[in-house]
Amino acid sequence: MNKAQDTMLYLDGVSVAFDGFKALNNLSIIVRPAEMLAIIGPNGAGKTTMMDIITGKTRPDAGDVYFDGRTDLTRLDEAAIANLGIGRKFQKPTVFESQTVWDNLEMALKKPRGIFRTLFYSASGEDIARIEDILDTVRLADRRDDLAADLSHGQKQWLEIGMLLAQDPKLLLVDEPVAGMTDAETVETARLLKEIAETRSVVVVEHDMSFVRDLATRVVCLAEGSVLAEGTLDQVSANPIVIERYLGR
Amino acid sequence: MITQALLRALDKKAIWLVAILLALAVAVPAANLLIPAGQPGHVPTYIVTLFGKYLTYAMLALALDLVWGYCGILSLGHGAFFALGGYAMGMYLMRQIGTRGVYAHPTLPDFMVFLNWRELPWYWQGFDQFWFACLMIVLVPGLLAFVFGFFAFRSRVTGVYLSIITQAMTFALLLAFFRNDMGFGGNNGLTDFKDILGQPVQAATTRGALFAASAIALALSVLVCSMIVNSKLGKVMVAVRDAESRTRFLGYRVEYVKLFAFTVSAIMAGIAGALYVPQVGIINPGEFEPANSIEVVIWTAVGGRGTIVGPIIGAVLVNMGKSYFTGALPELWLFALGALFIFVTLFLPKGIVGLLGQWRDMTARREQAPAAPPPPAQAAVAAERGEDPATLGDVQPKPAE
Repeated sequence: MNKAQDTMLYLDGVSVAFDGFKALNNLSIIVRPAEMLAIIGPNGAGKTTMMDIITGKTRPDAGDVYFDGRTDLTRLDEAAIANLGIGRKFQKPTVFESQTVWDNLEMALKKPRGIFRTLFYSASGEDIARIEDILDTVRLADRRDDLAADLSHGQKQWLEIGMLLAQDPKLLLVDEPVAGMTDAETVETARLLKEIAETRSVVVVEHDMSFVRDLATRVVCLAEGSVLAEGTLDQVSANPIVIERYLGR
Repeated sequence: MITQALLRALDKKAIWLVAILLALAVAVPAANLLIPAGQPGHVPTYIVTLFGKYLTYAMLALALDLVWGYCGILSLGHGAFFALGGYAMGMYLMRQIGTRGVYAHPTLPDFMVFLNWRELPWYWQGFDQFWFACLMIVLVPGLLAFVFGFFAFRSRVTGVYLSIITQAMTFALLLAFFRNDMGFGGNNGLTDFKDILGQPVQAATTRGALFAASAIALALSVLVCSMIVNSKLGKVMVAVRDAESRTRFLGYRVEYVKLFAFTVSAIMAGIAGALYVPQVGIINPGEFEPANSIEVVIWTAVGGRGTIVGPIIGAVLVNMGKSYFTGALPELWLFALGALFIFVTLFLPKGIVGLLGQWRDMTARREQAPAAPPPPAQAAVAAERGEDPATLGDVQPKPAE
């Protein structure tokens, strides 16, 4: 427990198996407050499983998962973990397609989540200003009344990042944020994530090496459910095991 | 806070719908009672009762739409809540018969005397009071839905599995209410009602009042549903329908959102059932038939789920069809209903209301079409198929020349 102090996210010896297949094998990762961590690794390395464990979708077979140095995440469900301040962006952009951009953000906005509080909620001036602010940040201000289904793929990714911001989390888990984005959008996303990481912890899973380079942050390479290498991108990509198992010669 | 929520409920469509229903609540009984028979404009009593029945069906369909159309829970057992509300009203009506029954027993209903019961079972106590019956009409379906929903949604039973267990619930109740020793009249159910609130059930004035009550109850349900679906909670319900696990990761307790919708809906269905029983004059276990609940799903689908007005239109139209068919061609009705469901599922996924929307879009597009150049995408698609875009002129709007 002491070891988890001064960390935002603390995973120690986490293992989980599905039908005998070890998706995570004694995985240990630490993320400090206001730090960005990029995770790379081949398909099936356990990146998404790790996110599932942190957000309460999957329970680990063994190991400790602590948030903010004290909260044991293995005992909580998805909604409780989300309300603690962990936001997640999925690999495939999942926004609420039949609703407007504005409504998507309004639902995500950090507010009491109780049934009756939600039923009788009406947006205060402060809430409206906050949503407008986020719309500017993710550059969707002119599409606020459009259905989320009508957005381009990149815009959906940004809307989802906007929803994360609206949740005002302490820790953001971002799964492949630039998949399907143009080069210009990718550069813009890296800038946005770096800005976010000034005040919050961010974990980014990504395959796009030039994007990871743009992030200029600590990198962890996963393979077969445990940490293969750790360091700057240059250190990691120079590691002979990483070259062998992931990057290829 | 609450006034804001009420104001939000009164959007344009809801105001119109409520106004129409309230106008009907006055106009139809007035046309029945004030205009003498034989004069133009007179509405015969049987029509008043028939449409009063349709209004309670519409309320049931609206209740189902709240959980199915907005929250994605396909309940195939909503008839159970309707029937429970109906039984609660039926028990009140039975107690009002008093000594006018065949056996003239002051407290026991006829079927209990016939079965040699000595005294009124505990669960029949209090039903001689109207207020108590009203309380039970709300409480019994609401509580059943709450307990059933609590366990089902907490265990994350969704989709077709949930539909099947709702169906099992209504079937279990059907079997239970068939039993004579349950004390609800067994096979025959509750019937032969005399008075409601001191007025004879058969009188034209009472029929008119029941019609008005049904229309007002439906108008209130429209307001409640409109308030819920226009609130942030309504948006969250749609979010649950479209992407349940995503909503969880936003921090909403999906099981409670569903539980709220399910319970409110069951209460509405119960009230509808309570208004239905005095108008048709009987409640029996047949109301728990799984097929009844499935019919409600068809009404809602035909009218247009996920809209407020859709299920009301669907319930009234399909039941008008049913009344006609079961009179004219009784053996064909079930085939017609089945065909209707298949037709709607295949060609009108959004029901009649959706069709109106499509038609409006099409006319809007046609007005713009002559001025606009042909969309390049169409030409590209045609070129991909190896067709000359120009030869498609027959089926697609011709380019402006």
